[in-house]
Amino acid sequence: MANELMNTMLNRLKTDFSVSDISERKPALTTLKVARENAERLIRELRDREGFTHLSFITCIDYIEDGIFTLVYMLHNHDRNDTLGVEVDISRDNAEMTSIHTLWAQAWTYQRELREMFGINFPGSPRLEEDFCLEGWDDIPPMRREFDTKKYSSEQFGHREGRHSEQPREHMKVTLYPTRGGDE
Amino acid sequence: MSKQQNKEVALKNDGLSEEEKLYFSDARPRPYEPYSIKAVEDFANWARANSLWILAFGTGCCSIELRPLMTARFDISRFGVAGRPTPRQSSLFIIGGYVSVKTLKRIIRSYEQMQGPKFIIALGSCPANGGMYFDSYNTINQFDLYLPVDMYITGCMPRPEALLSSILELQEDIKAGNCDGANRYVNNLDWYKTNQKKVIKNWDMPDYNW
Repeated sequence: MANELMNTMLNRLKTDFSVSDISERKPALTTLKVARENAERLIRELRDREGFTHLSFITCIDYIEDGIFTLVYMLHNHDRNDTLGVEVDISRDNAEMTSIHTLWAQAWTYQRELREMFGINFPGSPRLEEDFCLEGWDDIPPMRREFDTKKYSSEQFGHREGRHSEQPREHMKVTLYPTRGGDE
Repeated sequence: MSKQQNKEVALKNDGLSEEEKLYFSDARPRPYEPYSIKAVEDFANWARANSLWILAFGTGCCSIELRPLMTARFDISRFGVAGRPTPRQSSLFIIGGYVSVKTLKRIIRSYEQMQGPKFIIALGSCPANGGMYFDSYNTINQFDLYLPVDMYITGCMPRPEALLSSILELQEDIKAGNCDGANRYVNNLDWYKTNQKKVIKNWDMPDYNW
């Protein structure tokens, strides 16, 4: 029943918003991909017409090999207990996206975080330039994959002498189960 | 010697604007001088050791261990230790786990506002050497670069028994007059401030939070 409703809706969205890559990740979680210029219109439609009234979160995935950020807007429909992930690809070089703080007021918190952690700009979003978690950050945004977090940590905070790391698998083979010769 | 130097130079308070400088003190803290009669100092140390007040400031996940410590099972009040909600009334700061740079700033503010004699226990692996966050862009790796530590408890995370035993040990140290962390901080204030300002990039508070 729920699936039929979902399929009808998705078919309509395909024609109206040129939605692509629809995939059912698991029961009650579907993701779809939409072009950047249609995204805000689509999300507004989902909220106002289709009952996806709850914005669970906004997050971002860094596909550095393809040169894109994928923004994921996770929307939830409480009546049908259905979740829909709207994925939007934006360019990594000039990372900018339409702000949706007019749809959900809490969205600006996510957008502020995304700007700080990934350097994505959301023009018009309130308090975007303020520090969120990182105060006085002066490097490239830390969640971008070209950021070398270990190097930064060594330079900024240093390491105490005498600390060393073991690979758990190797360590257990040598110290805990030497007679087994590393067999599973 | 260093005490004399400290008295001469006032703090610069560079992080504050000209207007704000009027509202904050630029005086340097002074080291604690023990009583001249040893018996009196010993008595004072005995009293301090038996009325430790923990600042209720949980900085990371290890501070979860402070909750069972105060309730019926482990019951820290057997040893004359209890929690206080404000730095002005507490004498023991337990750094509960990893310290992010943003938290470090608040820790420094709180620590400096505590009245002496004051002690720091660093709980867990993270303040000691970074622990599992050793490569994080946002957590410090050696806490004793920024504030003086009287005792480390390692573990991820340590059990409340470890905390109990460390508090007993700290009490013995205090009674013996060995816990001079606050004096080390005052005497080496410039070194500590250099380290603190290296990681806290937006230093917008006075150099010493009286």
